[in-house]
Amino acid sequence: MKYINEFRAPLFAQELAKAIYKEVNTERHYRLMEFCGGHTHAIYRYGLKDLLPDNVEFIHGPGCPVCVLPASRIDMAIKMQTESDAILCTYGDLMRVPASNGHSLLKAKASGADIRMVYSPFDALKISQQETNRQVIFFAIGFETTTPPTAVIIKKAQSLGLKNFSVFCNHVLTPAALEAILNPPDQILCVDGFIGPSHVSTIIGSDVYQPFATEYRKPIVISGFEPLDILQSILMLIKQLNEGSYSVENQYKRAVSGTGNNKAQKLVAEVFDVADRFSWRGLGELPRSALKISEHYGNFDAAERFPVKLEEGSEHKHCLCPSVIRGRNKPLDCKLFAKACTPENPLGACMVSSEGACAAYWSYGRFKDDSTEQLSSPRQRGIL
Amino acid sequence: MSTYHKYAPLDIKHGKVNMAHGSGGRISAQLIEHLFKKHLGNELLNQNNDQALFAVEGARMVMTTDSYVISPLFFPGGNIGSLAVHGTVNDLVMSGAKPLYLSAGFILEEGFPLQELEKIVISMAQAAEAACVKIVTGDTKVVERGKGDGVYINTSGVGIVPDELNLSGELAQLGDVIILSGCIGDHGIAVLSHRENLEFETAITSDSASLEGLVKLMVEKAPSIRCMRDPTRGGLACALNELAQQSGVGMSLQEKSIPIKAQVAAACELLGLDPLYIANEGKLVCICPAQNAEELVKAMRLHPLGAESQVIGSVIEDKRCFVQMETTLGGTRMVDWLAAEQLPRIC
Repeated sequence: MKYINEFRAPLFAQELAKAIYKEVNTERHYRLMEFCGGHTHAIYRYGLKDLLPDNVEFIHGPGCPVCVLPASRIDMAIKMQTESDAILCTYGDLMRVPASNGHSLLKAKASGADIRMVYSPFDALKISQQETNRQVIFFAIGFETTTPPTAVIIKKAQSLGLKNFSVFCNHVLTPAALEAILNPPDQILCVDGFIGPSHVSTIIGSDVYQPFATEYRKPIVISGFEPLDILQSILMLIKQLNEGSYSVENQYKRAVSGTGNNKAQKLVAEVFDVADRFSWRGLGELPRSALKISEHYGNFDAAERFPVKLEEGSEHKHCLCPSVIRGRNKPLDCKLFAKACTPENPLGACMVSSEGACAAYWSYGRFKDDSTEQLSSPRQRGIL
Repeated sequence: MSTYHKYAPLDIKHGKVNMAHGSGGRISAQLIEHLFKKHLGNELLNQNNDQALFAVEGARMVMTTDSYVISPLFFPGGNIGSLAVHGTVNDLVMSGAKPLYLSAGFILEEGFPLQELEKIVISMAQAAEAACVKIVTGDTKVVERGKGDGVYINTSGVGIVPDELNLSGELAQLGDVIILSGCIGDHGIAVLSHRENLEFETAITSDSASLEGLVKLMVEKAPSIRCMRDPTRGGLACALNELAQQSGVGMSLQEKSIPIKAQVAAACELLGLDPLYIANEGKLVCICPAQNAEELVKAMRLHPLGAESQVIGSVIEDKRCFVQMETTLGGTRMVDWLAAEQLPRIC
């Protein structure tokens, strides 16, 4: 695999950091929301904050697919599995996401439920072909990036005439989440500009963000996940903010086009319809914010094959995840953080995936809280 | 009380064993602390090393045990048999010991082909010979089909520690230097590449090997070595966190000095895994006084298993016993315990 190191080159990173230092107006604050969990992860993993001026602040957005999945959907999946004794296949990230009452897929598995971790939806399809006497449910989650593969397996299952395969659809839509962030119920918005989605935009393109930038007067820079991508995007955002402009710019040109991946879009449109509403962890119920399997492929809809009642899931009442993903609070503001809630025992979803703001902060960043001895900053070491 | 016990301790009343209890991360450490050591603890067990050291007349001995439940049983660069010898020998030699004898307990599943069992046993014999140990006792049990996973092996081992050596995880001191014997992640990625449902093409082979020869050379060159550990399950990150915790110190690493093969890095990228947490079976990490480091690294590089030895960081003061790292970009991050199992990320 090529180009692992090219977009992580230290010298270029330092050049970009210097340019950012030069560009920032020290009189003001820059609150930049990285929409995707992939960005959050990269920012912490590479220690990017250390390369930036103090007045550039990251706000960790809602783009971590497991973080926005409400407990009630996990409850439903566990119920479907228990009542039907089907094989429930899911991505690894989802295993520890808190369901209601301290439950999770991992705990359900330890109690005997047949829950299997897969890397690709095709593995779930394979299992259904191997275990023909068992029902197999694929627990599909994710933003637009993971939707096309789910569409492909549903079509494949139909062409193979599989009777023991179905999909529990939890695919959500990025523009709806962006709008919810931009238009909070109390109209208090804590974000100046957006580091826009990376992989999602390869599918949906960069043009779809234009109406949001215009209406809400916020610059959006579509950014790759590599550290140099992120630094360059920050520079682009800061320039826009200094100029008072608010357009959509595409830093991730090597993968994202204006209109996106038309083939994938068609495929998704064929297999899915937009659901009237979907309940998000943290953002609440949002209209037209998720997909459901279309009538034509209804046979493969696990929610129809194994109907379970959607009960109100219970999130922990002190969990601040909802306001963390809106940028209102930092993980450290939460009473549960690092006490009752840790990656081993997550009470809120932001603590589960390393893409979640709380887990990223816990795993990579907490040594800065009150360190007795810290590595000196790159500025102190004379790198910048 | 050490820091990893403070957070969300084991819930014995309601909890059940889950896969994360075997991950080598913080949850594994909690299980050991709050269940096994709570009931079985004694001054030898509480040494908290990968082996226990005890005096017998005229000598100091070490003893260790380890169980092998790896899937798949055969992987590029080895199989469960060679691994069961290497793993236990390596736990012994991390104390500086000369390994002497091993026991081998087999739990076989009904229906397992004898031809495969023989392959496993032959590679155990070869591994034992290469490591200069003898397998002197054994046991075989068979469980019904479906109640095992082909073959499980437990090996225990004893060895003898030369008089002048005193290596233990709590002996790291401020200013000491951390040395790594080679590339990280080879074993874990080689095994993952052959795991069912996750097959991907790679030429990576496991680094599974006995470290007996390398350690012998190291302790001859630098008897002042404070401690060594083989970064197996949980990877380099967990091995260093264990040592930091035991010694009550912090550590500071330089990412750019940690060697990793391009193919391993690529596989980790693809799967969303951090190589710092991937298992190794033929590497060691060693902490020694700064003044001995250069000479020791030079000596290690002369051994085939230490050819890529590197100083990767140093021991610093930190009451919270955190391991931190300067990233290749010049920023800093923490290298925490593995939280539960390392789960692949979605995007």
